[in-house]
Amino acid sequence: MKLLSKSRKKRKESIDGWLFMLPVVILTLVFFIYPAIRAFYLSFFRYSIISTNPKFIGLYNYIALFYDNVFWRALLNTFLYAVVVVAVQLVIALMLALIANTKIRGKEFYRTAYYIPTLTSSVALVIIFIFLFKQNGVFNALIGLFGIQPITFFGNPLLALPGVMMMAIWASTGLYMIIFLGGLQGIPRSLYEAAEIDGASKWQQLLNVTIPQLKPTIFFNLVVSIIGCLQIFDLAFIVSGGNGGPLNSTMTVVLYIYNTGFKSFHMGYASAMAFVLFMIILILTLISKRLFKEETG
Amino acid sequence: MEKIKTPNLFMKHLTKIIFYFVVFLFVIIALFPFAWGFITSLKPTSEVNNFSINFSDLSFSAYTYIIMNFPFLRWLFNSLFVAVVVTAGNMLFNSLAGYALAKINFPGRKIMFMMVLVLMMIPGVITMVPMFIILVDLGWIDTYQGLTIPFMFSFFMIFLMRQFFLSIPVSLEEAATIDGLGRFGIFFKIVLPISKPALAVQFILTFVGTWNTFIWPSLLCRTQEMYTLPIGLNSFYGQHVQFWNQVLSGAMLLTLPILVVFVIFQKQFIEGMASSGIKD
Repeated sequence: MKLLSKSRKKRKESIDGWLFMLPVVILTLVFFIYPAIRAFYLSFFRYSIISTNPKFIGLYNYIALFYDNVFWRALLNTFLYAVVVVAVQLVIALMLALIANTKIRGKEFYRTAYYIPTLTSSVALVIIFIFLFKQNGVFNALIGLFGIQPITFFGNPLLALPGVMMMAIWASTGLYMIIFLGGLQGIPRSLYEAAEIDGASKWQQLLNVTIPQLKPTIFFNLVVSIIGCLQIFDLAFIVSGGNGGPLNSTMTVVLYIYNTGFKSFHMGYASAMAFVLFMIILILTLISKRLFKEETG
Repeated sequence: MEKIKTPNLFMKHLTKIIFYFVVFLFVIIALFPFAWGFITSLKPTSEVNNFSINFSDLSFSAYTYIIMNFPFLRWLFNSLFVAVVVTAGNMLFNSLAGYALAKINFPGRKIMFMMVLVLMMIPGVITMVPMFIILVDLGWIDTYQGLTIPFMFSFFMIFLMRQFFLSIPVSLEEAATIDGLGRFGIFFKIVLPISKPALAVQFILTFVGTWNTFIWPSLLCRTQEMYTLPIGLNSFYGQHVQFWNQVLSGAMLLTLPILVVFVIFQKQFIEGMASSGIKD
């Protein structure tokens, strides 16, 4: 009798479990797993949604990618962007989190103020920044006070990408700050008390207690920001009006995928590019995992 | 004694001054662009390049102009509708899945959780081309279904909710079972009401993310009536670059609603972020 009710309970549990999972399972199958598999399949075809049937061309798309100068340029831009933005935003985010974690008065205000830029939509962000940084804008007026000649970021092939980096750093540092703050609050007080008894200065406490304790959070932020940065699209698209200009200086991999797939309709080629980007992201994620695992023992 | 103390005290003050300088510098960097954009949006077109502020000239006329002459209200509605529906769907579905992965002992749970962890690491760009083809096949281009249904789940949020639910003591649910509640009853009546911090995190991140999303609406919205606010504003910006007060008014229309939502929920949000399972 008891055994029977136990097996019934078990069956009820499995039905409940799958019922709870059902909506996500269906959505994932239709809108993630199936398209991902189809993308892999498409990357071996010449295919356009507006023309006839897909034509199998084997590895041709991947080989063509190797000789595509725009793709290499997009890859270079994307890497440059990711390296600068990841490094700068994580360092500033950690600094701001340390500030918001001290006992200064009004820290709630600072925390909110630092977080607010992350709420900005990329379109509003671009509009506001282009306005601030235009030839006769407030930024150039400010540096003019120090006798510096006006700088125009957007429209200049050398400075357009740094301009995009600047906007991205401004708009996303707050998110990583909040996550760092969560990590900081999880560090046991007792560790600092012990360090103080040992006579450690604030700097030594930062280097020997805070940073090592924060390693999981640093790893998390690093991976999330690398994955995000390598998929940079919005800002590059809006700043350049969609063409990655001037002179491909703001062409990024995802922007090139977008233009290849949806403007030139080379959908197989675009899929191949997406897979190459996926492999790059995967490798970088695994490398950072390795590095952090080794260091923590 | 005195001689040793004085430079020490001086250094202490100096560090404090530098510290506060940095604190305020970053506040200015964070807030000035909004403030300047907002003030300029209130100026007449002829004054936008003037750095002085003439308070008697400030008005909302650029706002009324763009609202009367362009479908900004329609775009605002579309954005609001899409953000609310996508956020509601996400909160329900991700929480259900996160709860099953944390608390229900069903066959395949381990594999499902592994799947979530793996899929979380796969960049969304990979599905972009085929997903567009699927949405064309479904006839969902330029429709609300297309803008909402495919985006009603998030592996990251499922993971976050699971971590949160794990911290809820089993005894609480056992007590509810004795009271005769089934799984769904427990979930909706007991578990969700005490999950406010985690739900606030999910709400803010999903709502802000959907409100600001650009890449998919730019592919899916074809007619002006279906534009979301970012897409509408981007096309407006392309045609009215010289009229900075109007363009900035549009940027403020896009930013202010999200600021209001954030200010209302920020306390729970920040509390939730700080206590979330992100650390693992």
